[in-house]
Amino acid sequence: MALTGVLRPGHVALRVLDMSASVHHYTHVLGLLETARDAQGRVFLKAWDEHDHHSVVLREADSAGMDYMGWRVDSNATLERFAREIEASGLATDLGWIAAGEHPNCGRRFRFTTATGHVMELYAEKDKIGNGMPLINPEIYPDGLVGMAPSRFDHCLLYGDDLDNTMKLFIEILGFTLTEQVVAGPDKLVISAFMTCSNKPHDVAFIRQPCKGKFHHASFLLDNWGEVLKAADIISRNRVSLDIGPTRHGITRGETIYFFDPSGNRNEVFSGGYISYPDRPALTWTDDELGRAIFYHDRKLNEAFLSVVT
Amino acid sequence: MISHRIRIVAIVNADSATAVLPPDFEAQGEEHLLRGMERLGRRGIPVGCRGGGCGVCKVQVLAGDYRTIKMSRDCVSSAEEAQGYALACRLYAESDLDIRVVGQMSRAFNRTGLGPSADRDPVSAGNPPAFDMSWRK
Repeated sequence: MALTGVLRPGHVALRVLDMSASVHHYTHVLGLLETARDAQGRVFLKAWDEHDHHSVVLREADSAGMDYMGWRVDSNATLERFAREIEASGLATDLGWIAAGEHPNCGRRFRFTTATGHVMELYAEKDKIGNGMPLINPEIYPDGLVGMAPSRFDHCLLYGDDLDNTMKLFIEILGFTLTEQVVAGPDKLVISAFMTCSNKPHDVAFIRQPCKGKFHHASFLLDNWGEVLKAADIISRNRVSLDIGPTRHGITRGETIYFFDPSGNRNEVFSGGYISYPDRPALTWTDDELGRAIFYHDRKLNEAFLSVVT
Repeated sequence: MISHRIRIVAIVNADSATAVLPPDFEAQGEEHLLRGMERLGRRGIPVGCRGGGCGVCKVQVLAGDYRTIKMSRDCVSSAEEAQGYALACRLYAESDLDIRVVGQMSRAFNRTGLGPSADRDPVSAGNPPAFDMSWRK
C-alpha cells in the first residue's frame, strides 16, 4: 500500500443551534444522507460516495463551531504508534482514548488538542456501509440524490494562534506534506499552511490568528464547475446565507462557493484542484498577493470571508 | 404588511467618531433586522453568517420592543442579552427601534499585536473576532 499512515479526514463534528433546521440544511440543501441518531440527540451523516458510516456529526449546543475533526488511519498498529509518538512529541495536549461505540459504528478514537486549540481524533475502524451501489459491476452514482450532493467530506480550514507547532505536529509526526503556504513580512512569517495526508491540494489548512480552536469552514467535493454553479442556484432557491462565489481560488486552484449553515458554520462546495504527490514542491504566496491567492478572479481581500468564523 | 423603522444612533467601532450615521431602514413583518437592512442595499450593521453564530452583526437595542431567537452564547452572554444586546440576524422588531452597532468586521484591523484591541466595547465578553493583520505593519 503506497498511501499509509493517516488516510483521510474521516469526520467533522459541528455544534449547531437548531437541530431540525440544521438537519434540513445538511440533508435537503447540501444533500448528505442521515445514517444515525444517538441517545444524546447527535445526528450522523455521510456524503453519497463515502463508504464509511459517517463523516459529519451534528450536536445541538448554545454556540456554533467545531467540536473536533477525525482522521482515519490505516490500521490499529498505526493508531497505537501515532498515539505514542504524539504523546512523546509534546506537541499536543489533553490526550486520551474515546471508547469504541461512542460514535455509532466506529472503533476507539485517540483524541488530542493541537497547539492552535483544535481537537483532533485518529481512528482505525469505522463500519463500511457502502455508497448505495454494488461493488461488482456498479453504476456511476446512485438514484435519488438531492441538493448539491457532494461525493465526500474533503477538508477543513481552521484558525488558531500557534501555527508553528500545529504544522510541526501534522508534518513531522503525522506525515502530512505542506502543499502551499502564505508568508508575510520580511521575516517570512508563515500565516497560513495547506497540508495533505494524501495527494489532494489539502486535507486540512490553518490560518494564524490570535485565537484558539476557531472554525472557518468544512468543505465538500463536487464533480465540476457546472455543479458549483448549480450549487449557487440551490443556495438561492433555499434562501441559504451566501458568503462568496461561485469563484476560483489561486491557492489550491479550486472552483468554489461558500455559504453558511443555519447556525453560521461556513460550508464550502468545490471542484478541481491538482494532484499533489509528496515530492511536489510547495507553493508559496506572499501576503501582498493574498487577495489573488484567495480569490483569483476578484484579486482583493474579502473582509467577511476572512473575519467570519465560529 | 407591518414594518418598523430601524434607526442606527451609534456605531461603537466606527472608523471615526465623526462618521456620518447611515440612514434609517425598514424591517418588515417577519424578517430579521439584518435582512431588512440588506434587502434594499442599506448599510451600517456588519453582515457575517446571518445564522446567529459568528457575532459580527451584534447590536444593542436602546429603545423599542423586539424579540430574538436562539443565538450563540459565544457572541452574546445572558448578562448582555438582559441589557438589550443581540445579533441583528436573530432580532425581530415589534416596534420602531433605536439601535447601537457593536459588532465589527476586519475594518477595525487589530494592528497592535496579538491581543484584544483597546477600542472594543468594554461591556462585551463575547466580541466577534476581527481578522488580525498585524503582520502588515
